[in-house]
Amino acid sequence: MAICFPIHMSFRIKVGLRFFKFLNEKCPKKIHIRLAAHRVNTSVAVNQRYPKIYTPGEVITSQNEFMRGHGTYEENGDLKSSVAGVREQVNNLISVRPLKSRYNGEVGDVVVGRITEVQQRRWKVDTNSRLDSVLLLSSVNLPGGELRRRSAEDEHMMRQFLQEGDLISAEVQSVFSDGSLSLHTRSLRYGKLGQGVLVKVFPSLIRRSKTHFHNLPVGASIILGNNGFIWICPTINNAEESVGGFIQNLEEVIPRQERETISRIRNCILALAQSKMMLFDTSVLYAYLRNPLSTPYLNCWYQRRWWTSRY
Amino acid sequence: MSTNKELISKIGLRLDGRRANELRRIRCKLGVFTQPDGSAYLEQGLTKVLAAVYGPHQVRGGRSKAQHDNAIVNCQFSMAVFSTNERKRRPRGDRKSTELSMHLQQALLSVIKTELYPWSQIDVYVEVLHADGGIYPACVNASTLALIDAGIPIKEYVCACTASLANNDTPMLDISHQEEIIGGPTLTVAALPMSGKIVLMEMSQRFHLDHLKKVLEKALKGCRDVKQILDEAVRLHVRDVGSSTGWAGTG
Repeated sequence: MAICFPIHMSFRIKVGLRFFKFLNEKCPKKIHIRLAAHRVNTSVAVNQRYPKIYTPGEVITSQNEFMRGHGTYEENGDLKSSVAGVREQVNNLISVRPLKSRYNGEVGDVVVGRITEVQQRRWKVDTNSRLDSVLLLSSVNLPGGELRRRSAEDEHMMRQFLQEGDLISAEVQSVFSDGSLSLHTRSLRYGKLGQGVLVKVFPSLIRRSKTHFHNLPVGASIILGNNGFIWICPTINNAEESVGGFIQNLEEVIPRQERETISRIRNCILALAQSKMMLFDTSVLYAYLRNPLSTPYLNCWYQRRWWTSRY
Repeated sequence: MSTNKELISKIGLRLDGRRANELRRIRCKLGVFTQPDGSAYLEQGLTKVLAAVYGPHQVRGGRSKAQHDNAIVNCQFSMAVFSTNERKRRPRGDRKSTELSMHLQQALLSVIKTELYPWSQIDVYVEVLHADGGIYPACVNASTLALIDAGIPIKEYVCACTASLANNDTPMLDISHQEEIIGGPTLTVAALPMSGKIVLMEMSQRFHLDHLKKVLEKALKGCRDVKQILDEAVRLHVRDVGSSTGWAGTG
C-alpha cells in the first residue's frame, strides 16, 4: 500500500495535467485571473470638491459642549470618530456617517425581504439589517377582507401564507429598542412577490424618494427597497389585480421580450452599482436607454420626453 | 556561504535591499468584493492577503452563542493551498491556522465597539494568497481595512508589524520569509498606534531582555508607519466613493 500510494498520486497529477492541456486547446476563451491591486477603479467622480473626511480614531473636537451621535465616541474628553466618513451636525449633536453600512431602518421605508423563519404569530424576515426583522401576523392583510378577526386557525395556516424563502415587499412599521424592525404589509402594494429578479446592492446606493415602486415605461416595474434589495418584475397591467396579498402565480409564462427587458435592467443596475452611482428611477431608465440594443425608436422618443419633462 | 547568510551587510543593506528600518511596500484596496459587507486586499511585499467582513448580522445556527450585551466576533484564517512553497494539504483547520484565527480575534476584539450590537455576530474571513513572511501582520492590517469598509465602528486602527534582531545588536523591521528562515528571533506586535497600546505580542525565539526595548520600539514604529499608509488608503477610497455617489445623504 505504501508503494502503491505515490504511483496513484502521480497518475492523478498526470491526468490532471492532460485535462488542463485539453482545456487550453479546446476552449478559445482563456481564464484570466487578476489580483485586486490591478483592478481598474470604475467609480465616476462627479465633482472634485469634497468635504473633510474623518477616519477611525481621529479627534473631531476637544470641546465638550457637543453631544456624541452615531459613529463617534468619547475618550479622554475628546470626541473621536469611530468610522470612516463625513461629519454631520445638527445643533449640538455630531455624528459621522460611514459611506457603506448595514441597513438602518426608519419608519416608513419600503423594504424587500426574505422570510427566514416562521414563529408563533410572527415571521422573521431577512432585510439586510443588523438583526432579522419581524412581520407580525397582526400586521398583514389576510385574504378575505381587512376587518377579519385573526383566529387560532390562522396561526396554524401561517406557513400557507408565507413560508421560508419567500420574498415579500413591506413597509417599516416601527423600530424596536434593540434596533430590529417591525414590518407591515397592510396595503395592496405590499405582499408576497411572484415572478421576477432580485438584485442586492449596498443600501446607501438607493436614493430616498416619495415612491419606491416604479412602472418603467420600457415594460417592467421595479421596487427599489431602501434596504438595498431591488425587485424587478413584469409590469402589472391593471391595478385591480395588484400584487398585494399572498397569491403567487408561477404558472403564467412571461414572454421572452419581457424577460429580456428584465435581465437588461438587472445588468444596468449592477453596472450602476459597480461604479457607485445612485439608484433611482431616472438613473436606471437612463442607463437602460443607453443600451444600444433597446429599440432606437423608443430611445429617441423617451429621451425627448424625459428631457422635456425634467428640464 | 556564511556571507550569504548575513542578515545585514556591512553597508547596512538587507537581503532584499532594504535598510534595517524600512517596511516592505504596502499596497491596499478597499471594497474589492460586492457580496460581503466589507472587504479589503492588502499586499505587503510579496505577502498577499484578502479579507472579507460579514455583519453585524443575526447569529445563525444556535441562538445560545448570542450575547445580550455585545456582538460576537468570529474570525477564520485560511491559507490558500498554493500560497506556500510546498503545496499545503489543508487550507484551514490545522493547528497553526486555528491559533492565528484566535490571535486575530483577540486583536480585533480590542478595537471593535461590540457593545453597540447586542445579539449579533460579525464574521471576519481572511485568506492568504501568497505567504512571504509576516502573515499575521498582513492579516491584521487587511481585516482592519475590511472592518472600516463595512462601516463597523472601531476605536482606532489596529496595526501589526514584525521586528527582529540582526547580528545581535541591530533591530530590523518587517521580516520577510527569507529572513525568517535564516533565523533570528521574530517579534510580532499588534498595537493601537494612536494610543500606543499593545494588543498582542509574540516571539518566535528568545533573546536577551536588554534587547527587548529597542526591538519593541522598532516594531511599534512600524505599526505607526503602517497606520499612516492604511489611513491614506482609507481616505482615498472614501473620497472616490463619496464623490461618485455625490456625497448622498451627507451635508
